Amino acid sequence: MRILVCVKRVPSPGAKITLTEDGSGIDTRHLGFTISPHEECAVEEAVQLAAAHGGTSTVLTLGPPTAEEQLRNAIAMGIDHGVLLPIDADEWDPRAVAGAITDAVRTLEDEDGPFDLLLFGNESADAGNFQVGVRVAHALGRAIVDGVKGAEVTDGEVRARRSIPDGFTVHTLPTPAVLAVKEGINLPRYPAMRGRLAAKKAAIRQLPPTPRDGGLRTLRLRAPQQEQTPTRILGSGADAAPAAADILEEVGLL
Amino acid sequence: MTTVLTLIEHPDGTLARTSREALTLARQLADHAGQPLHAAALAPVPDEVVKELGEFGASVVHAIEHPELDADAAAPAIAEALRQLLDELTPSAVLGSASDRGTAVFAHLAARTDLPLAANCTAITPVEAGWEITRIRWGGVLYEDAHLDAPTALATVAPHQVVAAAASMPATVELRVHAPVLDDDLHVTRSVDREELSGGVSLATAPVVFAGGRGMGSAEGFAILEELAGLLGGAVGCSRVATNAGWRAHNDQVGQTGTRVAPDLYIACGISGATQHWVGCMNAKRILSINTDPEAPMVTRADDAVVGDLHDFLPALVAEIKARQG
Repeated sequence: MRILVCVKRVPSPGAKITLTEDGSGIDTRHLGFTISPHEECAVEEAVQLAAAHGGTSTVLTLGPPTAEEQLRNAIAMGIDHGVLLPIDADEWDPRAVAGAITDAVRTLEDEDGPFDLLLFGNESADAGNFQVGVRVAHALGRAIVDGVKGAEVTDGEVRARRSIPDGFTVHTLPTPAVLAVKEGINLPRYPAMRGRLAAKKAAIRQLPPTPRDGGLRTLRLRAPQQEQTPTRILGSGADAAPAAADILEEVGLL
Repeated sequence: MTTVLTLIEHPDGTLARTSREALTLARQLADHAGQPLHAAALAPVPDEVVKELGEFGASVVHAIEHPELDADAAAPAIAEALRQLLDELTPSAVLGSASDRGTAVFAHLAARTDLPLAANCTAITPVEAGWEITRIRWGGVLYEDAHLDAPTALATVAPHQVVAAAASMPATVELRVHAPVLDDDLHVTRSVDREELSGGVSLATAPVVFAGGRGMGSAEGFAILEELAGLLGGAVGCSRVATNAGWRAHNDQVGQTGTRVAPDLYIACGISGATQHWVGCMNAKRILSINTDPEAPMVTRADDAVVGDLHDFLPALVAEIKARQG
């Protein structure tokens, strides 16, 4: 079984995000970077599926040369190969990214045969465009399910559980298939020392993408205006219960 | 004359709140461009919904009729039906809500038309050679202004960011049937089964949410939140820390990678309030935070706070509620 997982390098999602003074981007001087959370789960899923079914896994990212760090993180978690589509910007727009990834998949498949499964994150933590996986799947003529929180692969078929409000819907897809997964499908492992050492030495394949215009061009980033009203302190423990119950009454819950 | 088209959803026979928001933005765009506003919806469209679409300014409602297009329909099939409607109408812009289904359908529509798509927008204005749009990033902590260059604008509207407002003059609605021709392979990803989460109040729509984080201390620590939720008809939520620790199922997680909630009251217990969590609860009408740290973002951003030990406060709150409920 051959699996390709596509990831994006993003600032650590717990961090406080500040903008550069001209609003052209995020001030990254004091930020750590990580694989976007849904995609980290896609990496874990790829590692588990490759181990369960036998086969190889490859991680791919389109990003600045520094995104090699995220490829090595994925390799440390157990992915076999890394492919970087280097660009001289932090990101491209989603239609351009999908086009470049489609080209890269075709190149990799021409060389070594088709991937049974392509895994994407449902959306990136930063841009949140919700479309790259779907565009790639459509261009390759493969079925895709998004919002996937559970996947079972049997011979020639994937059974995917798609998360909806208050439950799941179940879908079956013929392979080769594409899944856009969500956090909750698994709990990503923390890489063992051995994996981290191997990842340091792993060769990263470079596949420079053809520049293209996707049609959506960022002009500026802005922080929303926040109305900061002072927090009313009700108390320090049991003494605050009556005031809290008053609030429940005010909003009509009591 | 070209149009602005909006895909709307009507689960349970009523127009979805997110669809009202999308219609509001679409009508502003249509008014600005001097074009009629059309709506598209999966058939059957109940009379009440048609009436409400008129109140929101839609002069034509396209009922998309096909036996496979129901609650279990595959996103590519709905997208292809919509694409065929685009062929017929050649609208200047197509909007929908960034709901669960809207998000998937618009991604497929963008792929099938090879048009750019701006997801989670809060504003869209025609400019010379295209549109200027504003969309949310990082789940809503940042806005992005962008230029959209396309023959037809495709955009989804971010939930809870636009205030839904009916038109000043309701439109007289013409109902048209749109019967798409769909290949069998479009239905491959139809839902074949459903699993409902067992009982209880839905986290996404509960009027009050009791959410626990690191400060709850253990999986067992959540029992008191279950009790409180039970007393008030609310739901229990949690932070990413609680799911990563294995204390709660991921379906309970409130945050950017979990569920977005907008209850009347959000009660955050022992949650520090990292950005990833904040974007999941920031649309709550009122927030009460319980935390030992007065500087925690969840406390400073809350309307009300208890700065102290939640293990003292929560049992006292249970007692107070029971006393008042008699």
